[in-house]
Amino acid sequence: MATVTGTISHRRPRQPLGAAVRARLGAIAWGSVAWLAAIIFFFPVFWMVLTSFKPESAAYTSPPKFVFSPTLSQYKQVFDAGMGPFLANSAISTVISVLLVLVLATPAAYALSMRPVEKWRDVLFFFISTKMLPVVAAIVPIYLAVRDVGMLDSIPTLIVLYTAMNLPIAVWMMRSFFLEVPGEILEAARMDGADLRHELSEVVLPVVAPGLAATALICAIFSWNEFFFAVTLTSIRAATMPVFLVGFISSEGLYWAKLAAAATLASVPVLIAGWIAQRQLVRGLSMGAIK
Amino acid sequence: MSATAVAQRLKLPRARGRDAHARREAWTRRLPLLPALLFTIIVTQIPFLLTLFYSLFSWNLAKPGSPHWIGLQNYGAVFTDPVFFAALLHTIEITFISVLIATVFGLGLAVLLDRKFIGRGIVRTMLISPFLVMPAAAALLWKTTMLDPVYGIVNWVIGWFGISPVAFVSVHPLGSVIATVVWQWTPFEMLILLAGLQSQDRGVLEAARVDGASALASFREITLPHLRSYLELGVLLGAIYVVNTFDAIYMITQGGPGTATTNLPFYIYQRAFEGFDIGQAAALGVVTVVGTILVATVALRTMFSIFIQDNTARA
Repeated sequence: MATVTGTISHRRPRQPLGAAVRARLGAIAWGSVAWLAAIIFFFPVFWMVLTSFKPESAAYTSPPKFVFSPTLSQYKQVFDAGMGPFLANSAISTVISVLLVLVLATPAAYALSMRPVEKWRDVLFFFISTKMLPVVAAIVPIYLAVRDVGMLDSIPTLIVLYTAMNLPIAVWMMRSFFLEVPGEILEAARMDGADLRHELSEVVLPVVAPGLAATALICAIFSWNEFFFAVTLTSIRAATMPVFLVGFISSEGLYWAKLAAAATLASVPVLIAGWIAQRQLVRGLSMGAIK
Repeated sequence: MSATAVAQRLKLPRARGRDAHARREAWTRRLPLLPALLFTIIVTQIPFLLTLFYSLFSWNLAKPGSPHWIGLQNYGAVFTDPVFFAALLHTIEITFISVLIATVFGLGLAVLLDRKFIGRGIVRTMLISPFLVMPAAAALLWKTTMLDPVYGIVNWVIGWFGISPVAFVSVHPLGSVIATVVWQWTPFEMLILLAGLQSQDRGVLEAARVDGASALASFREITLPHLRSYLELGVLLGAIYVVNTFDAIYMITQGGPGTATTNLPFYIYQRAFEGFDIGQAAALGVVTVVGTILVATVALRTMFSIFIQDNTARA
């Protein structure tokens, strides 16, 4: 280490001054490009939040208004229009389906990594292949089955489907976390005579706990945002937030601020969770293929 | 192994005891897997089999007298249906163009984010945000506040450059859908490619620089080959999700005008929930699944190495 630093500090003064300045300018230029790109990509999100605090008359103007007297009345109005139950349905179906996914996926991932079954590779491929089949191709029998057992427009239906939708992702993710448990620690625990329960609760669980959290986050995002099942299988009682937004489809400029308020409320939980857990997000989105 | 086989054939009592033990051991290993596996098979595979079965019936929920068996007639109808071919084309267009643009943008942004500059953390947070907006909400916001012919932000911005306003959603409906999808999926590609860039061996890059390689040359010769498996993964996962695009089409265009933006998911939805045609919708579903399996198999076999490489489990 010391020698490396030595050579670099030796070389620095010999560099012509122009190169250093150019490198510095280059860094500033590239940094500015990155900032510009970030502002462009982030602008619609910023605009959504800004518009949600506008009175409707300020939301629909040319040129667009950046300065106005902010109001919370749009938020009040979307709740008055009955958005509360939609939010609650989203929250309930997300939380319960995520818990179910973790309960099912954790042992399965264990059986595919730490004490693998014989054909673990085939099983793993089976799980991922279910994600490649388009959901729409299954909607007809699902709709008919749900209708025939009288479970249309019910939250348990959504919970079952969201669990199935996220299970393959969770199995892949949890497996990649199990693979990170150091073999030596396990050996040591087994030598000390730890039985399976102790091995799991005292050795494995602490190591994979952050992985469980990351898996829960990813599955929560997908459930919370899910639209297709919600719009085809629910109508009034069990409808979730994305279905509430359907009501704004034909709002020709009249309700932009209200739409922005509803969209902000629908997106804020995931935005905040995703901002906090950026690193885990990458790993989750790649189903554990990228560490 | 062969000893057990011999023992099995001879039916030695002691060997049978060992066999039973091995079987019990295998089952204790399988047990934790079974609930998830059975649940997945029941909820995801049985509906596909039923889809196959329903596709052989003439069955319209709105018409009396159905269902009755008609063999392969629904498939004949699918392959002579111009809307089906339009929907197939739109599905390919949306998936191919969106994933391509999102990957190119994502690569550019990942390269920018891989350098050190002031506020890098904030820039990264801003750049991932589009992915975190609820897709149904993103679609509506793009349709209205961004792309509106008179009051949309995009028309305001192009106005600075003297370009007259465009009614994007009615003139370029497919482009409007693709723009929304690209906006949402660029951060996804960026995150995966950024992970790839940050896993690079800095020493190799430094050595290339000392040897006088230009930044562009070392990007092409060292970084891109290293990124290959990350690019593959990003494209594959992006395509898996984008091929099912439904929210954006439902919210922005409802498949229209006419069938200008109808993709296969939206067309199947229309046949089932607006036409109440169970048989037709099922046949469309079967054709979509078969097509997806063909494309996925070819893609996995020829291009994608990462899933196979990464599967080295502890035995």
